[in-house]
Amino acid sequence: MDILHYLSIGFSVALTPLNLGLVLAGCFIGTLIGSLPGIGPINGVAILLPLAYSVGLPPESALILLAGVYYGAEYGGRISSILLNVPGDAGAIMTTLDGYPMAKRGEAGRALALSAVSSFFGSIGALLLMVIFAPLLSKLAIQFGPSEYVWLMIFAFTCLATMVGKRPIKTVVGVVIGLLFATVGIDSGTGILRFTMDIPNLFDGVDFLVVVIGMFAISEVLVLLESWARNDLKLTPVGKSFVSFADLMAVKWVVLRSTLSGFLIGVLPGTGASIASAVAYGTEKRFAEGHDDKFGEGDIRGLAAPEAANNAAAAGSMLPMLTLGIPGSGTTAILLGALLMFNVTPGPLLFEQQPNIAWGLIASMFVGNIALLVLNLPMIGVFVRLLSIKQSYLVPVIVMLTFVGIYSIHGDSFDLFFMIVLGIFAFILRKLGFSLAPVILGLVLGEVLEENLRRALSISGGDWSILLNGTMTYVLAFATAAALFAPKLLKILKK
Amino acid sequence: MKSNIASLLLVGGLTAALNVSAFEPSKPSCIAPAKPGGGFDITCRILSTGFANAGITDIPMAVTFMPGGVGAVAYNYINSSAPDDPNKLVAFSSGSLLNLAQGKFGKDLDENDARWVGTAGVDYGAIMVRADAPWNTLSELVDDIKKDPSAFVLGAGGGVGSQDWMKAAILMKSTGVDPKKMRYVAYEGGGEASAALLGGHIKVYPGDVGEIKGLVESGKVKILAIMSPERLKGDFANYPTAIEQGYDAEWTILRGYYLGPKVSDEAYNYWTAQFQKAYKSPAFEKVIVDQNLVPFNMSGEALDGYIKERVAFMRGLAQEAGLTN
Repeated sequence: MDILHYLSIGFSVALTPLNLGLVLAGCFIGTLIGSLPGIGPINGVAILLPLAYSVGLPPESALILLAGVYYGAEYGGRISSILLNVPGDAGAIMTTLDGYPMAKRGEAGRALALSAVSSFFGSIGALLLMVIFAPLLSKLAIQFGPSEYVWLMIFAFTCLATMVGKRPIKTVVGVVIGLLFATVGIDSGTGILRFTMDIPNLFDGVDFLVVVIGMFAISEVLVLLESWARNDLKLTPVGKSFVSFADLMAVKWVVLRSTLSGFLIGVLPGTGASIASAVAYGTEKRFAEGHDDKFGEGDIRGLAAPEAANNAAAAGSMLPMLTLGIPGSGTTAILLGALLMFNVTPGPLLFEQQPNIAWGLIASMFVGNIALLVLNLPMIGVFVRLLSIKQSYLVPVIVMLTFVGIYSIHGDSFDLFFMIVLGIFAFILRKLGFSLAPVILGLVLGEVLEENLRRALSISGGDWSILLNGTMTYVLAFATAAALFAPKLLKILKK
Repeated sequence: MKSNIASLLLVGGLTAALNVSAFEPSKPSCIAPAKPGGGFDITCRILSTGFANAGITDIPMAVTFMPGGVGAVAYNYINSSAPDDPNKLVAFSSGSLLNLAQGKFGKDLDENDARWVGTAGVDYGAIMVRADAPWNTLSELVDDIKKDPSAFVLGAGGGVGSQDWMKAAILMKSTGVDPKKMRYVAYEGGGEASAALLGGHIKVYPGDVGEIKGLVESGKVKILAIMSPERLKGDFANYPTAIEQGYDAEWTILRGYYLGPKVSDEAYNYWTAQFQKAYKSPAFEKVIVDQNLVPFNMSGEALDGYIKERVAFMRGLAQEAGLTN
């Protein structure tokens, strides 16, 4: 009953006209920011934070606004992924894999609607989990040590090994290229600069967003230019498709599973929406294997899984921030900074001492997600029109947006050149039949894997047995083995 | 004739004198050499809000971001592209100085390639363990460490050679244990490190006082020592310093600002004067305290000298710890 009581306090905060207006504004701005390539939730929140502070909003209202931008961006990121094959933010990379092929088939409307609904259920599901299991999960999240992270990453790699394309070798090569990128920068275990070539911009490693935008957006532009030169530019058929009830029924378990895994991965500090969507996609692909597997060619399950997962992860990452004061992602780190600026100290006491802030935020997230769904569904018609724009106009606009977006991260022209080089490299890879997502995942997962493996080994003093130590490591190791061998075993059993 | 020349000289001198006080910033900005949300962001916000609240400049100061290598990218940018721009103040921290001391800001750049102009405040290291840990004082902990240094896992929010690592190394050194024997786990930021402490993956976390208020209030960790030269005031007044407990482990995290190396004396003196004005203003102090920093007022040449001394000291530490040759 306690929860209901607190939730009612929360809704009384969230439904005041001011906060309702802020939620709507935040969600709208977030969707816009998320849909622009290069600019993600972290930029949006960082831009609005000083504004919220100087206007003199009360802390709960400021937080409601900023959180709205955060999860609004997770909705927006899918739009350019589906329509242009350019992920709008890091969590939307996997969305390109099946979203873009759908749009090419003329089903952009269906893809956008289905992903909006999946996003919605991902968020709402995660919120419910958060309300019910908050105290338990925040305890569990900190139990998750380096060894557990190592297994989680190995599990993700295993799921992805057969991820895209018919040629697994090319996927593996792609992952290795990503791993190579992940090794650049100061090695935290020894403090030594690796592969930085004395370029200070590389000291912190290759920026993830620069790689994503360079490889996806710039290479996409090059592909468009190529077909323009050959004079075989085809306008993507717009079509009037929309999501059907049968579609929703077909993905209901996919969404449920992805929400659960996305939420749990979001709760863990250090892993966010990009890893959550990759794991969800990989898992679903494994599940679907054998029977009518069209992943990578516009399968609705491949679209629903990452979208449900990235939104669930965004909600999940709020949990350790609110309950422990530990940010689970870059964006929540800024939100945490915002709380501290308002002299609100997050921690277990926050829920009891200042229920209007903690529960007001949670209630506003329910409201915000409903608003986002209502906002997004009717606008699909408008978004889809984007495809009817002639490429000769669209391409320069994409290029401009990516340049502005990337420049805004570091304020340094090095990233722009680097992005172009990566774009050309990615274009060559595409011509050779490689898929780009494995490269990006190699980069993200590889970094987390290496860091945690090194941590585990420095804790144990080089003793590898630390990797199998505790229930959670056994569970994850078993899941990895299952993902690796289950499809083969099933085949044998069927015979 | 003579008087003409004299008056000419006088006029010339006057204009020169006027010029000295005539430097006016136009579109001043503070460069935070990190992504939004971190310590550098806060440093710059202290400058922009603090100066505005104290009524020092009526021109709003913009904050721009230039992340990379704890300030290395910004340091290189200022030196190569805007060494004489009097309107660009760049935030730095002890972490930047430490990297500078190790030559990680580029081979050709050292502490003489900037004009250190003012400070935002200081923060101190704090040695923390979990609330249910068996140690209640620093010496109890140290006794256990000494028994078997390599069985003891310390962790903090930065890699080897960062200032988080340095706090751990200094603690070890003060107990007479070789820092090279320390088992150190590098996390990405203080948040991850405190999660690892709570989860029991690391045993000791040397964090920063300014970051841990929430953690301490939650009652899940205890502070064994503060790495400040003397006791802090306010919320942390009850915690003893390491020095009080007989260990020479001090780590002050300084946050401040520099200008490009070729910025004119007029502009440098102008900004120095602004900082001195700010230090007298209670409004400026409040902004600093609100960000959980301790005021530390030093500007102009005095700061410049102090920084060079600190960097030299750090260079020595880094060599001792085997980080540089």
